[in-house]
Amino acid sequence: MKPSAFEYFTASTVAEAISLLERYEDEAKIIAGGQSLVPMMNFRVAQPEVLIDINGIKELDYIRQEDDEIVIGALTRERDVELSPLVQEKCPILAEAISLIGHASIRTRGTIGGSLVHADPAAEIPVAIYGLDAKMKVVGPSGERTLEPEEFFLSYLTTSLEPSEILVEVRIPVLPQKTGWSFVELTRRRGDFYIVAVASILFMGKGGVCKEARICLGGVGPTSIRAEEAEEILAGQVITDALIEKAGQKAAEAADPESDYHASAEYRRDMTRVFVQRGLAEARNRAKGG
Amino acid sequence: MAGRRRITVKVNGVEYEREVDPKRLLVDFLRDDLELIGTHVGCEHGFCGACTVLFNGRSIRSCLMFAVQADGAEIMTVEGLAGDGKLHPLQEAFREHHALQCGFCTPGMLMVAYELLRDNPDPTEEEVRLAIAGVLCRCTGYKQIIDAVIAAAPKMRGK
Repeated sequence: MKPSAFEYFTASTVAEAISLLERYEDEAKIIAGGQSLVPMMNFRVAQPEVLIDINGIKELDYIRQEDDEIVIGALTRERDVELSPLVQEKCPILAEAISLIGHASIRTRGTIGGSLVHADPAAEIPVAIYGLDAKMKVVGPSGERTLEPEEFFLSYLTTSLEPSEILVEVRIPVLPQKTGWSFVELTRRRGDFYIVAVASILFMGKGGVCKEARICLGGVGPTSIRAEEAEEILAGQVITDALIEKAGQKAAEAADPESDYHASAEYRRDMTRVFVQRGLAEARNRAKGG
Repeated sequence: MAGRRRITVKVNGVEYEREVDPKRLLVDFLRDDLELIGTHVGCEHGFCGACTVLFNGRSIRSCLMFAVQADGAEIMTVEGLAGDGKLHPLQEAFREHHALQCGFCTPGMLMVAYELLRDNPDPTEEEVRLAIAGVLCRCTGYKQIIDAVIAAAPKMRGK
């Protein structure tokens, strides 16, 4: 189908975008890469009366390191994040997660900020962002706020952004050397929305002991979640096959998926177990330099 | 109509200036306003890849962009491949390897294959498969398309 009519504005600064949002409030929708919004408009699931195009805000397109953080502007294209040598070196799990989004032609337009704000429960970036404990910087008429993933994501397609706020930046802690990580997902075909996705990060201490583990699940609820009880099984331990098996089972208990067209709740929960186990094995190998 | 915008785009090296309604999809602009009907409209939600074009040198889905957003951009469509009355080596290879049957996906396949071989002149079969994975073919099957892209690679390197 074709989209319904809308009034079109371009913003070339964050301030301009915010003042347009203040003027049109709920009637307006921001368009960045448009890779989720335009399909919704073509289906007429979304019929914004006003579209505010922020593609001209050049100040929001950057990737750089500031101390122990990789800092990425919200308008940075997914393809640029995926191919960035800095991200590949300091935060490889994010590059890996992004490489699994749709296809290259989608990632060329899609932006990191757009994916976060859209908050699709089957999107890759939010899972990685939870695992990395990244922070989202948002700006509105009354100033700036920095939000943790748990504060930012509220539910299906819902964030805590106010109607006149926009996401401007993502701040991601650099992973220490020798950190084990993996991003694995179950899809029917390459590029499809996943059924289950798992981000695993193993922070290593002395003597092959895992100091801290993070296991983040996507596809098992309204937002991504951390499987905290599974993480506790691994913390302070040398990671063995037996522990990985146990962690997978615990993570599956944390999952609270719903049945839908693509997979039953039972299948999603069982695949959570399988993919946590596979992901942890891969992360352990990476930590060993294998 | 209110809210129409004047845009300038360069398509296959030719500059066009037109007035567009903001809701005009880029693919419809190319086909209906510029009469470049080589680019096909398939699913209209970014799934099938038939409408793939190069936008400032990188492949995008022209059903997921508004024409008004392309103001000032350089676009290459499937019509930009052949020149001097001769098919592009990639198009020749598609013909030789029977890489098209109904031809609906072909413009998308050609554009992603062109981008791949431009950036990676000697790809592995796996890389070819990954590059075309976002374009759906429902008749020929992918085997002949993969064969064609692999066969075109040395010809494009020699160009």
